[in-house]
Amino acid sequence: MLSLTIDGKKVEAEAGWSLLDTARQHGIEIPTLCYHEAVEPFGACRLCVVELKQGNNSRLVASCVYPAEEGLEVYTDSEKVNNVRRWILEMLLSECPASSEIRQMAAQYGVETTRFEISDPEQECILCGLCVRACAQVVGANAISTVGRGAQKEIGSPYLTPGDDCVACGTCVTVCPTGAMSARFERVRGVPAVVMVRSVKG
Amino acid sequence: MQVTAKDSANLRLGSLEELEQLRSELKAAEDPNQTRIIVCHGTGCIANGSAGVTQALKDALAAAGEDIEVMPGIKTTGCHGFCSRGPLVIIKPKNIFYQQVKPKDAEEIVQKTIQAGETVERLLYEHPQTGEKIETTEDIPFYAGQQRVVLANIGQIDPTKIDDAMRAGAYAGVAKALTNMEPQQVIDAVINSGLRGRGGAGFPTGIKWNLAAKHQGGQKYVLCNADEGDPGAFMDRSVMEGDPHAVVEGMIIGGYAIGADTGYVYVRAEYPLAIKHLEKALVDARAYGLLGENILGSGFNFDIRINRGAGAFVCGEETALMRSVEGKVGEPVPRPPYPSDKGLFGKPSVLNNVETWANVSRILDKGADWFAGLGTEKSKGTKVFALVGKVNNVGLVEVPMGIKLREIVMEIGGGVPGSDHFKAVQTGGPSGGCLPWQDAELPVDFDSLIAAGSMMGSGGMIVMDDRDCMVDVAKYFLGFLEEESCGKCFPCRLGVPRLRETLNRFSKGEGTVQDIDDLYSLAEAIKAGSLCALGGTAPNAVLSTLRYFRDEYEAHILEHRCPAGVCKDLITYSIDPEVCTGCRACTRACPQDAISGEKKKPHTIDESLCIRCGMCFESCKFGAVQVQ
Repeated sequence: MLSLTIDGKKVEAEAGWSLLDTARQHGIEIPTLCYHEAVEPFGACRLCVVELKQGNNSRLVASCVYPAEEGLEVYTDSEKVNNVRRWILEMLLSECPASSEIRQMAAQYGVETTRFEISDPEQECILCGLCVRACAQVVGANAISTVGRGAQKEIGSPYLTPGDDCVACGTCVTVCPTGAMSARFERVRGVPAVVMVRSVKG
Repeated sequence: MQVTAKDSANLRLGSLEELEQLRSELKAAEDPNQTRIIVCHGTGCIANGSAGVTQALKDALAAAGEDIEVMPGIKTTGCHGFCSRGPLVIIKPKNIFYQQVKPKDAEEIVQKTIQAGETVERLLYEHPQTGEKIETTEDIPFYAGQQRVVLANIGQIDPTKIDDAMRAGAYAGVAKALTNMEPQQVIDAVINSGLRGRGGAGFPTGIKWNLAAKHQGGQKYVLCNADEGDPGAFMDRSVMEGDPHAVVEGMIIGGYAIGADTGYVYVRAEYPLAIKHLEKALVDARAYGLLGENILGSGFNFDIRINRGAGAFVCGEETALMRSVEGKVGEPVPRPPYPSDKGLFGKPSVLNNVETWANVSRILDKGADWFAGLGTEKSKGTKVFALVGKVNNVGLVEVPMGIKLREIVMEIGGGVPGSDHFKAVQTGGPSGGCLPWQDAELPVDFDSLIAAGSMMGSGGMIVMDDRDCMVDVAKYFLGFLEEESCGKCFPCRLGVPRLRETLNRFSKGEGTVQDIDDLYSLAEAIKAGSLCALGGTAPNAVLSTLRYFRDEYEAHILEHRCPAGVCKDLITYSIDPEVCTGCRACTRACPQDAISGEKKKPHTIDESLCIRCGMCFESCKFGAVQVQ
């Protein structure tokens, strides 16, 4: 067993546990968006950052991927940590304003409004990549991936057209933290032509 | 024709002795005092027409009845560095330096210099201050202040001929390492040399090797990061184009040291000449048995493959680079595990950049002590910089670590056109920062640059003058990183565009001082929260310009004024009627037909039509066009 402190509390961890595993095992809550027990941790949403202190030095690490180590001094709720979380949540409010999950989480950190421009009021997807990883690692279908990079990044099937790889199992829809995948599901799986005509917006 | 001891069927060198014998035969076959014409075929000089110069020189030699095979004639080399003066032609052995040579100059060079031993005065470099004509390379201030270690052979050897590289000492480091040293001794030599990675972060190279070497046995890899992506940087390209064997040699040494049998060079596809020269170097090295099985009879097997990057800046980040080599999407993954434990294909791997590998071959050849004697206490050796921007001598320079910023820009670089100072020098590429004139005496080494809010980076050095707006500069770099962010982690994908948007507002005269405080807070969140160094350093452009040029930010926000006259929403162009001669140059230059006036009488600009492109400003020879 490894021994470390989280928020001043002495805790034990098994070798191979991440800091997030360790904290949750001891009832210490750390927020996450791109984390799910069913798939490999990804370290993308950065909401799970925690502060590691070593003497006068400190740095932030993603607790979902950072391994528990003997003697670590971890803070899950410091000002440095919360500054990162607040900014991410405020930016998510403008990026995917349709997500009630994001609004709730933001409210917990005192973020009620965003000072940034909203480009798509319907957007729910936070690009956490859980759908992609679940499809690859749980289902093994590899029907979807992230497409493009940076601000242009999106989730889609190859060439953004419905493909044969999707087995319509719905795992991506289940695992999606904001519900964005259900709206996208038909574009990945493909739908009968009649329905497609009806779905075209006037 | 080259004469070697080996017949063409079996060129393999089976031992150190055979290598040294070949080298001495190659040296004996060429008289260093013979007249030779060297033409720079670096990318810059080729773009300026040096291939035409080479052909014209060949024709002129033939017309003059010279046998170019015997001479031994014309040698084309990699980049000499003085790109703004290209095409460059150098006549050996005196090193007569001809600049801005055109094909029509070839006949005169052959008749006067080659046949009559005279110099062609008009092609010589003229000292910008004294006006004195300088005859040889060594006496030109641009070269006199440099110390060429990595670039030592570039411009001297034909990079497509392994024999020429061998004559200059290539593979001497490999020979020493493989035949006289244990792998751990090689690592110790690199540690003792004090070499730190030239790719940006400056991590001690030997320490990194040790971490991978401690995994006993099993598959391991060495990689070369040749995905040079910083705007304005071309150090690594020039090294690969001009001396590819130095990189190959360094990687063989690294592979031997950590116990890897395979190396990968990850080079961006935008560098076709570098790829061509590297491929040729690999073919030639294999033919000599310097790559492949049982190198020099040591029992060590090693070969190198080339991977072309498809043009993503983030693939210069080590974990993203490895994913790209694996054929996956080029996105960084969290560390730990570090590549030295689980890198390429999950195996212990060492990634160094081009310049680092080239340094390794020099260190093994000349010794750790020699290298440790160069540079400063904590930053050993030299650094290659791509000196660009508002500087007279644009080009590639190599200087000892610890040299003053002023010496690089004002002495080697020949200063700033039309000014006695620079406004700022941007180092470290998009991850770096801008250093002001107050820092002119700053020693250029890893730690001093970081303390000053910038970083060494891979060696881009962009000089800016009073006509460059620092808000605009920061906006440019953020725009670059916004394009190049992979989008995996949220702080970088969401935060960098928000920083850029805030600066956009500043450059329109919008925004408040509160926005500056918000910028600091968001920048801190992005730095601390991002997954990889791209996001982690992205705010540096804003932070360093705010640190040194806050008054310029405040002028935009509070006074709605762009002091440098760059931000289009905040400036107006006008013509001073006292100075305007009515020459019509600006009228012809204006794409909007916004300028009117009678010939030889003062002109005026119609503000409602003006798009503030600055063409009139650039075209006016009398300084009559003013920007406010």
